[in-house]
Amino acid sequence: MIFFWAFIVGGLICVIGQIMFDVFKLSPAHTLTILVVSGAILDGIGWYEPLIDFAGAGATVPITSFGNSLVHGAVQEAEKHGLIGVVTGMFEVTSAGISAAIIFGVIGALFFKPKG
Amino acid sequence: MLQGHQSWIFTNRPTILSTGTVGGPFEAKGKIPEAFDILHEDMWLEQDSWEKAQQKMLEESLQTTLKKGRIEKEQVEFLIAGDLINQMTPTTFAASTSSIPFLGAFSACATSMESLALAASIINAKGANYILCAASSHNAATEKQFRYPTEYGGQKPPTSQWTVTGAGSALLGQNGDGPVITAATIGKVADMGMTDPFNMGGAMAIAAVDTIEAHFRDMQIEPSYYDLIITGDLGHIGREVSLDLLHERNIPIEAEKYVDCGIAIYREDQPVLAGGSGAACSAIVTYGHFVQELIKGNLNRILVVATGSLHSTLSVQQNDSIPCIAHAVSIEARGGNL
Amino acid sequence: MGDKKKQKLQPNQQQYQAFQQKREVKRPIFKNCIKAFLVGGLICLIGQLISTFYIYQFNFTEQTAGNPTIATLIFITMLLTGFGVYDRFAQFAGAGTAVPVTGFGNAVISSAIEYRSEGFILGVGSNMLKLAGPVIVYGVFSAFIVAIIKTILRQWGGF
Repeated sequence: MIFFWAFIVGGLICVIGQIMFDVFKLSPAHTLTILVVSGAILDGIGWYEPLIDFAGAGATVPITSFGNSLVHGAVQEAEKHGLIGVVTGMFEVTSAGISAAIIFGVIGALFFKPKG
Repeated sequence: MLQGHQSWIFTNRPTILSTGTVGGPFEAKGKIPEAFDILHEDMWLEQDSWEKAQQKMLEESLQTTLKKGRIEKEQVEFLIAGDLINQMTPTTFAASTSSIPFLGAFSACATSMESLALAASIINAKGANYILCAASSHNAATEKQFRYPTEYGGQKPPTSQWTVTGAGSALLGQNGDGPVITAATIGKVADMGMTDPFNMGGAMAIAAVDTIEAHFRDMQIEPSYYDLIITGDLGHIGREVSLDLLHERNIPIEAEKYVDCGIAIYREDQPVLAGGSGAACSAIVTYGHFVQELIKGNLNRILVVATGSLHSTLSVQQNDSIPCIAHAVSIEARGGNL
Repeated sequence: MGDKKKQKLQPNQQQYQAFQQKREVKRPIFKNCIKAFLVGGLICLIGQLISTFYIYQFNFTEQTAGNPTIATLIFITMLLTGFGVYDRFAQFAGAGTAVPVTGFGNAVISSAIEYRSEGFILGVGSNMLKLAGPVIVYGVFSAFIVAIIKTILRQWGGF
């Protein structure tokens, strides 16, 4: 069942992005930034975790989960170390996306040429 | 020589002696592959960067033109050329290797007709015996500068256009057998406050209309004088907008006599959305296709109205509008009598 | 925003824009949304499959399987981007390929590959985050604000 909901929820988040592209004529950068900020806010009010439990990768794969896990890392660390933890714990949970993108970016630049 | 407000008449008959066109793999699959002297299978042309590939194409185009015109490059007094890349470095480097005295010209995608009009006026004034004029663009180099990295997955709206990879050049001389440049109209910058860089045809249509209107007013002729009126790279949307606008202003141009290089160059089933664009678009289609039709005698008189949108990535990010321009050049088969 | 911009326009500019808009090819919004839904859903489904694989094969938990899943998806993205097919999928799928983390990966990797011609430091290094930068910057900044508020509410508000 989690597979079904992953498909539906993930697809619906993409539809929101598509509407921002086509109806509001936003650039990809604007759209993705708004989605990330929404992810952070949704986690702040405690709605994103239930969505992950419900839809699995349907909620963790879209870029909104990036905002969610940034907040998560910061809040977790803040519980241990107080407010300073907000700064130090920020990347605790999300390092995978950014480091993978940077590492594979450099590897890609080493091995590939743009095709045009 | 000055005629009306913004046009020139060339009474000394500056002549197109030869042309040279180069294209990439996507153009080879297009509607008019026979318009190209050289077609490349590889977008890179074995160079290290897209910009160098563009430079190479421009060099090849200039060499082909000289070879076909049987003129040594030492005989050519001036090269007038331009492109879209920052500070026109592909053109500058090509000018450096050709070592012909060089005038840079920038009207974005209207550079082809700006350079042709300037060359014709210098030749007409006996300021030179031979002048080369050229324009070039490269799809990937333009995407990289104006839009996104070529491998980035951004969905393009149906109004966007496909930049032509290639270069086109023409050699002008005092007299010869080729088609003659009879007149030119220099356009004003038109700005209708359009801001969408993915709809340049819609933004440029007004510039084409203004220049066409000015041409007929200055020359005091009717559109029926020409066999074809050819716009540079308006694409499907810009063509429709400009044609309707011309009719609204009571300039009777028949739809079948109003063609666009951006539509003429690619086949309908190629994924070019609204059509082709880029500085090379009007240069290649004019020199490689329509000028050849004039030579063959299939056409007698054409008016080429190259259109350009003069924005930069900086001006778009600062929310400025897209200023546009169009220059018109009238080319007639030998024996024309304007 | 649109109205504010229009107020600055001259009447003839407004007239032209309306004239032009009537002839503009409209974006096929409904069709695009369906395509985005199907492709985006499919990518998330693949993500779920990978994540299930990690849970059963490598003893990850549901919580920890997220990271290797994302890394794997970005690795696949690198291959698709490098072989020049990701941008073709994207023209079809729109937000369906842009919104999942693969779109983030594609933004980073395509910039890295593209600017290779300007060298590894000033080209790849400086431009890699050109497109994805705003996402990181505002992701971090908004997370900072949200986390501060949440922490303060927890500590002093007794949540």
